[in-house]
Amino acid sequence: MTAQTEETVAPDLLYSEAEDDLRAAVRSLLADRSDAPTVIARIESDTPYDPQLWKALGADIGAAGLLVPEKLGGQGAGHREAAVVLEELGRSVAPAPYLTSAVVATEALLALGSEDGPVAELLGELAAGRKVAVLAVPFPAAPENSSAAEAVTGTLDGTVTAVADAAAADVLLVPTTDGLYAVEAAAPGVTVEPLVALDQTRPLATVTLTAATGTRLADAVAARSAVRRGLLAGAGLLASEQLGLAEWCLTETVRYTRERHQFNRPIGSFQALKHRMAQLWLEVVSARAAARNAADALATGSPDTPLAVAVAQAYCSKVAVHAAEECIQLHGGIGMTWEHPAHLYLKRAKADAIAYGTAGSHREAIAELMELPAP
Amino acid sequence: MTAIDAAELRRRTRELLAAHPPATTERTDFLRARFDAGLAWVHYPAGLGGLDAPRSLQPVVDAELAAAGAPDNDPRRIGIGLGMAAPTILGFGTEEQKRRFLRPLWVGEEVWCQLFSEPGAGSDLAALGTRAVREAADGDWIVDGQKVWTSSAHVARWAILIARTDPDLPKHRGISYFICDMTDPGVEVRPLRQITGEAEFNEVFLTGVRIPDSRRLGPVGAGWKVAQTTLMNERVSIGGSRIPREGGMIGPVAKTWRERPELRTHDLHQRLLTLWVEAEVARLAGERLRQQLVAGQPGPEGSGMKLAFARLNQEISGLEVELLGEDGLLYSDWTMRRPDLVDFTGRDAGYRYLRSKGNSIEGGTSEVLLNIVAERVLGLPAEPRNDKDVAWKDLSR
Ligand SMILES: Cc1cc2nc3c(=O)[nH]c(=O)nc-3n(C[C@H](O)[C@H](O)[C@H](O)COP(=O)(O)OP(=O)(O)OC[C@H]3O[C@@H](n4cnc5c(N)ncnc54)[C@H](O)[C@@H]3O)c2cc1C
Repeated sequence: MTAQTEETVAPDLLYSEAEDDLRAAVRSLLADRSDAPTVIARIESDTPYDPQLWKALGADIGAAGLLVPEKLGGQGAGHREAAVVLEELGRSVAPAPYLTSAVVATEALLALGSEDGPVAELLGELAAGRKVAVLAVPFPAAPENSSAAEAVTGTLDGTVTAVADAAAADVLLVPTTDGLYAVEAAAPGVTVEPLVALDQTRPLATVTLTAATGTRLADAVAARSAVRRGLLAGAGLLASEQLGLAEWCLTETVRYTRERHQFNRPIGSFQALKHRMAQLWLEVVSARAAARNAADALATGSPDTPLAVAVAQAYCSKVAVHAAEECIQLHGGIGMTWEHPAHLYLKRAKADAIAYGTAGSHREAIAELMELPAP
Repeated sequence: MTAIDAAELRRRTRELLAAHPPATTERTDFLRARFDAGLAWVHYPAGLGGLDAPRSLQPVVDAELAAAGAPDNDPRRIGIGLGMAAPTILGFGTEEQKRRFLRPLWVGEEVWCQLFSEPGAGSDLAALGTRAVREAADGDWIVDGQKVWTSSAHVARWAILIARTDPDLPKHRGISYFICDMTDPGVEVRPLRQITGEAEFNEVFLTGVRIPDSRRLGPVGAGWKVAQTTLMNERVSIGGSRIPREGGMIGPVAKTWRERPELRTHDLHQRLLTLWVEAEVARLAGERLRQQLVAGQPGPEGSGMKLAFARLNQEISGLEVELLGEDGLLYSDWTMRRPDLVDFTGRDAGYRYLRSKGNSIEGGTSEVLLNIVAERVLGLPAEPRNDKDVAWKDLSR
């Protein structure tokens, strides 16, 4: 695309009817199966993931295969639709390996461009919601330094720390200096050691490979660009999760402050609180534009994608954390309690702010892309 | 009696140390002896742990004792007693109450908690609904109600309690103030787990708790006035202590920054320096406030200190989690525990981040404190009120 067409084709920042329908289906499923008390009970069990929920979301609704072309067994939809699913997952902080498997791992595999063979086969399994795969890189890895993701050497020996959703994965996609490997999580020589995570709704684990074997899916050069593309999609669509999360926090805070009475009036009638919530609304509206822009850029393969993703991440991370912090503060003491879900949102928002590059690292990417160098 | 000056206090402290050498004296015995020598809180009356000396001379005693390695009374563990119950008992208690409660409180043999907040009455504390009804027969009070977010209730022997004694009066006028024995039948303490995974709070259910009239503090119906003393002292005690440079939350972050160059980025550097300056200035503002107090010019800045520290604690710990990156995504332990005290510095960044969210809620929310600054310090007109002359029972909930 030339610079000229880039300027004339405006991104589509609205939701289509099909996207609204998808949202309604996902929202009602999550309301049914993953309300706050359920999530709180789950995170305290050994298995935060609910396989039934994943089946309903991934297979029955078909959300797992949104990015996968129909001829490979997917829905042949795109990033805009996946973004809508993530908004809903953010709104409910449901523990589901959607971002990691249906977006990041799927996108990395799609980047390999195979129409048949093991990659196509695995994509088919992921799209059908039959398997979960995660890219074995640390959760904080940013797209622009994807080579840092190679902690494992040629012979599949090594340790990768803080891998998100590894505990739920059937297949680990392991980038090495020698290429990209698919390793069965249950294979000999593979250990997945759970870590105690700040965000209990998205468990982390340390993955250790000791003379493990796997299927080599790509050479080193292809692997590197596949990882980069996976992380770019992850960072870009994470913004939608952050948007959904922020929106829940705002909606719930508005609802609560209209009902809670102190000083013989609803606390939401205090101007000091009204302005805070109005300010949050402004941030959420802006976050929506930034997140939609990233999703649309990813969907259309726009050359603007790296910038759109960096802008969305640099902005939406902050909004989500701010919304969750305000949610707790404006709820007062009750927002600090374990029974109230506000803490789940704060922990998810804070972890999301570190995932796939911090706002600071995305700002640095913008500095580079827009030729605004540091002094 | 001659006025007590620094030299006299130093002399008495050395006398105490000579009579009860810290090395060979049991901790509690030493603390009792210190109390009896009037060196506990020198500004308290003689016979009640003090010497009627200026408050500003306390550091003379403290420095002398610290240099001798004397045990302290663990002010963090007994914070509510020291900071809130004690000044209230001193101000409103009978002679008998002062003699009964102040010594074990100060020594730390008896821990106190504060039964103020209720599910329906937090910021609007005066709206509380816990009832105290006087029995005709013996004048005892029978208390029923529910309190919430009570720190330390599970380790406390005593509680300061406010309860409604007349629902027909406007909310501020029908309240009385009591000392509640936490071991009495009818007092049930249930852990209330919080954001950090711990249960440092409690819910306290009061069912038919009998409190003798001799444990009322201040006149019947004057409880709100008594509570004002408690609340004023709560805010002072939260913001008022002296801290060294990098003594607060900024310390661990600065340390991490120095020790882990691989974590450094330009962005984080700018944010760290901004917060470092704010922390240093807040520390200086606290120090200036302290000096004002010593010089006998108490300023309104006290109300500002709690606000400043709450915000700083939250921003600094938030930055720390991000700075730590991968480690910031981890947490030490979610197992439910019941800590005796809140310890910020001995814990990891995630804990600090989560716990500091309470700093802008406990002891009066930041919004309510800002209202107080706006109205009482700046003299701005108050918000219109519609609850002043309405009987408590007719208020909306
Ligand atoms: C960590 C912690 C420890 C605590 N320890 C104790 C304890 O030991 N003993 C005890 O009795 N209580 C304790 N509390 C309770 C605490 O005092 C109350 O939570 C606090 O007063 C706020 O009341 P609330 O939670 O009911 O919130 P609410 O009063 O419902 O407030 C909700 C929101 O509305 C805002 N708001 C309320 N009124 C106004 C107004 N007029 N103008 C603008 N905004 C307003 C608040 O700032 C807040 O953001 C503790 C709380 C915490 C979080």
